[in-house]
Amino acid sequence: MPSVLEIDRLTVSFDTPDGAVQAVNDVSLSVNAGECLGLVGESGSGKSQTFMAAMGLLADNGTASGEIRLDGVNLLSAKESELNKLRGERIAMIFQDPMTSLTPHMRIGRQLAEVVIEHKNVSKDEARQRALDMLKRVHIPEAERRLDMYPHELSGGLRQRVMIAMALMCEPAVIIADEPTTALDVTVQAQILDLLMEVKDTLGTAIVLITHDLGVVAGLADRVAVMYGGRIVERGTVDEIFAQPAHPYTQGLLKCTPRLDTDTETLVTIPGQPPNLQSLPPGCSFHPRCPHVFDRCESERPTLDEVASGRAKACHLETLEAAQ
Amino acid sequence: MSDAFLQVRDLKVHFPVRTGGILIGEYTPLKAVDGVSFDLNPGETLGVVGESGCGKSTLGRAVLQLVGATDGVVSWLGTDLTSLNKKELIAARENLQIVFQDPLASLDPRMTAGDIIAEPLKNYRPQMTKAERRAEVKDMMERVGLLPRMINRYPHEFSGGQCQRIGIARAMILKPKLVVCDEPVSALDVSIQAQVVNLLKSLQREFGLALLFISHDLSIVRHISDRVMVLYLGKVMELADKSALYAQPRHPYTQALLSAVPIPDPAKERNKDRILLTGDLPSPLSPPSGCVFRTRCPKATEVCAQHVPQLDPVEDGHTVACHHWNT
Repeated sequence: MPSVLEIDRLTVSFDTPDGAVQAVNDVSLSVNAGECLGLVGESGSGKSQTFMAAMGLLADNGTASGEIRLDGVNLLSAKESELNKLRGERIAMIFQDPMTSLTPHMRIGRQLAEVVIEHKNVSKDEARQRALDMLKRVHIPEAERRLDMYPHELSGGLRQRVMIAMALMCEPAVIIADEPTTALDVTVQAQILDLLMEVKDTLGTAIVLITHDLGVVAGLADRVAVMYGGRIVERGTVDEIFAQPAHPYTQGLLKCTPRLDTDTETLVTIPGQPPNLQSLPPGCSFHPRCPHVFDRCESERPTLDEVASGRAKACHLETLEAAQ
Repeated sequence: MSDAFLQVRDLKVHFPVRTGGILIGEYTPLKAVDGVSFDLNPGETLGVVGESGCGKSTLGRAVLQLVGATDGVVSWLGTDLTSLNKKELIAARENLQIVFQDPLASLDPRMTAGDIIAEPLKNYRPQMTKAERRAEVKDMMERVGLLPRMINRYPHEFSGGQCQRIGIARAMILKPKLVVCDEPVSALDVSIQAQVVNLLKSLQREFGLALLFISHDLSIVRHISDRVMVLYLGKVMELADKSALYAQPRHPYTQALLSAVPIPDPAKERNKDRILLTGDLPSPLSPPSGCVFRTRCPKATEVCAQHVPQLDPVEDGHTVACHHWNT
């Protein structure tokens, strides 16, 4: 499958009063057309910043180096005008909190229409019609009435549907969904995940699903990359990652996630704390928490090596024993 | 139950919400908790689950009388907490503690970890000397997995998981009999969640305390609870032993809720039959007539709009409020 978005040796760092912090370190990823790539990690793992850099949305004190290519354009060196042409039309983003990402004082219809007026140069009436069609497509009931509503008049689930509709307005090649269901209740989450699946299957839009929830990834993603301390530690198909995790962090994450379909007395834990990006441990960032640590891990950082086609891990262990 | 530990009977918490009127306001009661009854036994964990706005946090607060009850009884060791005056309530609260959701916001930023954990001791054990208190605090810090040498640090110097451990230490230091945990792990990373859940379980075993564990996360509730209560718009939909509730949910809402939880297993997720609920939670200001769940219920019929379903016993200890649970 051809890749639509390619991230090549991306590094993102932030200037802070306490010195530079590397939030993303040497990350390479590709997103293929029509697939869903799950990007998993805990807070501070760099999963969001990787794609904030792609969207040109880093905070003022952030700088990105490396290359992010979309349609042959390097987004990191592109001019603002070039970027504005691609953003919304070829690549769009859905955020966690739909209330704060919609403009509160603008009616839904106008917010949606704005996207096509900007990019497709259509008339206002045409844009409104397209907005209406899109609201229907994301299964918003009473779509005509919603066009003239303000965001605060909608529930959280409907707002997220509006966000998805807005992202789809120009039928982009890639949608970045950053924790799209974290703020939603579980029954509404199920509705939104269904919708994203439908978007992927019917429109062939590639979706990057950024989340900490392994359950969400399991249902939607085709391929998964796991991040820890600003780096990708493991990459593979969703079945490989869940059935045979090759990195001890992935394995630990899977084991410590409480599952609805099992009932164990004590949950397995990953000991210790997530790493502090300002003082990452030497060698492998995960070694202070790793049950399989040996001396090489403390001195030498493992590189992300391809172990099979499409499957890579950054770990010194030859093989990782399967979890019992 | 002969030895009454905690008995909640027909508890109602209604908040007046201004819905109109210019000079003289018109108020509509928002029924956050509407007629909830349950028992809690010593050393037991009752999980309270439901979506946002179902009244689960208000219920936890009403049990501790942090919000006043509009009606009903909260009988704690034979005394009705709702009838106590302020002084008596303070005395009773020695055995009643709470752990909040947001670990950082629930700690005073200008107090050290040691002072925060010691505060209940200051209030309830005034005869203790400073040195004794400090020793006790250090002991508790160790039990909850904090380094005692961090006693003089401030909340902002700790991570989210560590802050939650401080909150737990503060709740546990008086060795209470009942702790209400209001979404104690929702703000934490997955790897830290498991640590905190295990900590709560081991403290419970050690002190024999009862937990009212409020959470929207059905997977975590399964791991920590003995019994589980499902709330929807302030009403109990189903109450059962954990094993019965997860293996054979009877209420259509419980069934939908359980089927909506994503399982971290790609094969299972793909082949799962999901019961998709349509629409959103109705406004709690104007709940549907009859069964409050009927507007989203796949089994709803005419009778559901007319009659409020009562909690029916399915079997011993398993009750469900639905007209159609056995059809």
